[in-house]
Amino acid sequence: MKREIPILITLVTGLFCLIGFFVPHPYVRLLYDDIQQWVIVIVGATYVLGVANLLRINLTQVSQKAPDWPYKLVLLAGLIGMMAIGFSEGSHYSDDASKFQWVYNRVYSPMSATMFALLAFFIASAAFRAFRIRSFEALLLAIAAFILMVGRVPIGNAIHPVIPAAADWLMEVPQNAAKRGILIGAALGVMATGIRLILGMEKTYGSGEGSS
Amino acid sequence: MRLESLARLDRRWIFLAVGLLVMLPLGFGFHIAPVEPSPRARGFFDAIEKLPEGSTVLLAGDYDPSTIAENYPMHLAAARHLMRRNMKIIALALYPAGPPLTDQVLHLVGAEFGKQEGIDYVNLGYKTGNELVMSSMGSSIPRTFPVDRRGIAVSEIPVMKGIHNYEQFSLLVNVSAGFPGTKEWVQQVVSRYHLPMVAGVTAVSAPEYYPYLQTGQLEGLLGGMAGAAEYEALIQRPALAMRGMDAQSLAHLFIAFMIILGNLAFLGKKPAGRA
Repeated sequence: MKREIPILITLVTGLFCLIGFFVPHPYVRLLYDDIQQWVIVIVGATYVLGVANLLRINLTQVSQKAPDWPYKLVLLAGLIGMMAIGFSEGSHYSDDASKFQWVYNRVYSPMSATMFALLAFFIASAAFRAFRIRSFEALLLAIAAFILMVGRVPIGNAIHPVIPAAADWLMEVPQNAAKRGILIGAALGVMATGIRLILGMEKTYGSGEGSS
Repeated sequence: MRLESLARLDRRWIFLAVGLLVMLPLGFGFHIAPVEPSPRARGFFDAIEKLPEGSTVLLAGDYDPSTIAENYPMHLAAARHLMRRNMKIIALALYPAGPPLTDQVLHLVGAEFGKQEGIDYVNLGYKTGNELVMSSMGSSIPRTFPVDRRGIAVSEIPVMKGIHNYEQFSLLVNVSAGFPGTKEWVQQVVSRYHLPMVAGVTAVSAPEYYPYLQTGQLEGLLGGMAGAAEYEALIQRPALAMRGMDAQSLAHLFIAFMIILGNLAFLGKKPAGRA
């Protein structure tokens, strides 16, 4: 029964949600909406579990002085500090002049943007060190990359209008064809996995400890 | 410099060059080339232009500060365009760290156009659940978002009067950094409720949305800071993205140059001898 009951629950809810997506009848719709609300609440609750897990793992590592423990201490300080500031301001945490906003704008936001901005440096370095044209396919890739990089910015048009036109063609024809193929393949895969889950053929979600 | 010694180039020189090429145009503001709007940016612009003044638009800012350089300028430009045309804006975010950015955009642009929070626009804030939130809004927005970001009940917010589900919106404007974002809005809302949609996305993710653009599920697409700059040119309000275009132009050229230089260095390397 340990295996059959979860499979039965998955079958019933899965089929119902599938029907609910297409059938707008009020009887179906009301329950379908309720189920969606339950899931939103459950997903919200997982955030609490996530924070608890983060605290548990990092507190243990800090107390044991595990490798890189000072970074984990910074993480904990950031987590607890941000939560404390948010809770202390109650419903005013989102006001423009709140301390929470100050930390968001002057600490979190610049640090987060800096991490992403570092990509420019590493891409330039990787372009020099790793992009080796060893084959005809690599040459095609390099030509496409060159056209796209130059054609996607205003300087491409200033050099010659053919460059942005070639970049557009690359994006709209070969790239789009490949992307559509990937999308269709992935969608078929998702559908197949969904059907396998609903019919109980995919049992990985119930194969944890104690299920045998 | 001989080709062999190129291979030993210290990468800190590359970092320095990138830093200078980005900072100098931003600092001195010289102008390399004009921004030419693409058909994708024009589609975005036209989708808003063709709406009757005073329409209600859903503005989803699904990004956080990590992609602020690309997404914030397009978010700002879209809000300016919408408010200039007196649209009512119902904003939300499906990224936990997104709502403060939406607040900044709406407050800044609202002040420029003399718009009032609650009357002309509202920020519903963040709700966890990704696609489920999108799907749930199709049944009832007040049930999905009972209060706005300030904690005020939506039933007491004038701009939310008469808003029940997607039927009351004329357009969905999505500014997206990835998941959940444009793809999910197309799958859950455009295909199901037939709400017209335009999107502004990061440059790296833009190719993913070209199929939706070609099928008409997206009426317009802004890709990265370049897309935002094209849109700023169309609304005739140069701002953050236009300012960044020269820096981006030089950085792109430099990376292309690095690919060539790296391969020259590779060619110059002597083949390793046998042991």
